[in-house]
Amino acid sequence: MAKTALQFRHNGRDVAIFVDGGTNLLVALRELIGDMTPKFGCGQGGCGTCSVLIDGELHLSCLTLAETVAGRSVETLDGLKQGPNLHPLQRAFADNFAAQCGYCTPGMLMAAKALLDRNPQPSRAEVVEAISGNICRCTGYEPIIDAILAASGGRASA
Amino acid sequence: MAVTVKTFASTSEAAGALSADRGARYLGGGTLVMRALNEGDVSVSTVIRASDQALTRIDASGPRVTLGAGITFAKILAERDLGFLHAPARSIGGPAVRNMGTVGGNLFAPSPYGDFTVALLALDATVAVQGGFGTRDIAIEEFLQARERQAGTLVLSVSCARPASADAFRYHKVARIKPKGGSVITLAAHLPISGGRIAGARIALGSMAPTQIRARAAERVLEGRSLDAATIAAAASAVTEGTSPFDNALGSAWYRREIAGVHLRRLLSGQE
Repeated sequence: MAKTALQFRHNGRDVAIFVDGGTNLLVALRELIGDMTPKFGCGQGGCGTCSVLIDGELHLSCLTLAETVAGRSVETLDGLKQGPNLHPLQRAFADNFAAQCGYCTPGMLMAAKALLDRNPQPSRAEVVEAISGNICRCTGYEPIIDAILAASGGRASA
Repeated sequence: MAVTVKTFASTSEAAGALSADRGARYLGGGTLVMRALNEGDVSVSTVIRASDQALTRIDASGPRVTLGAGITFAKILAERDLGFLHAPARSIGGPAVRNMGTVGGNLFAPSPYGDFTVALLALDATVAVQGGFGTRDIAIEEFLQARERQAGTLVLSVSCARPASADAFRYHKVARIKPKGGSVITLAAHLPISGGRIAGARIALGSMAPTQIRARAAERVLEGRSLDAATIAAAASAVTEGTSPFDNALGSAWYRREIAGVHLRRLLSGQE
């Protein structure tokens, strides 16, 4: 089977890879580019841990055909770090005990980033809505909601 | 698992490729086709895409609204003129799914999905499709009845008349997980009022049969009446007539039959 050449921006850097027909973006990121931050959860669009931003919009990388991102910008959790410093969202997740097993965390952080990029001062209800496509089986969500509100400068009771 | 991906500039070329190959599926937002590929569905050997701008066009200025098949639920929510479709669009998935899932794809989404199509069915939508031999319009009900055979046709757009008032169109999805979750049942009602009486009642149900269906017995009860408590009670008791719900992890057929009337009563009396 012939491979297709694919170029796109990955966390601000141009990348070029060859993909098999039907390869999803999650496999392309993890296996071909080596960015292990988006996780494989369900492969069905139910869990959200593979969430990435495509041209700033939250998408599920496991349900995205890799070649549809040609020429577009893909942001993953790996792009959030700023040198040795944690991104404010990562800091807030650590401070608020928002990660337990950590498997949902990459998707939660990207969903939170998608929200705060668009709406820097969200209400609690808007935070709940923003992470509604991301499943966490450990925390009960409250610490995650608190962390996102803390990162936005809001208070958990908002 | 590798499949052949074919991208066409025009919908006519894509439709031709789709109808010529039994193993071809059209890729919209990916939430159905990529999921099938991830699950190793070997019936999909070719993925067809079209980059035609017409697929992502919205015409919402007039009394009749047309949505390109590639319009996502997020786009609908961003369009103020489509306010009557915001409740069904918001009831689907989380933000990522709404950024991906499309109006055209939703027509093919099996239960417990396909909620937007329930709304379109109550609005008597028309589905514009392109087959190997040209384009044609199909009533959405007819489209759904023959859905199994529609895989080889390309959906171009759906259109429907805008409800006369905000009150004339109502929608409710019953889900166990809020704000996101698969449908236990989904209800939509279009009840245009003319001279104080209902004229052209449409009640559509999701997850009450293998495809979205109309509750014709309930529609007959409502037709020509005013929307009072007695009429609502009669419609609620008739709503399960002709339905064939099923058991799944979200609810049993028995449970669906029990709650359909309760939720229709609440929907029609403005309680949800």
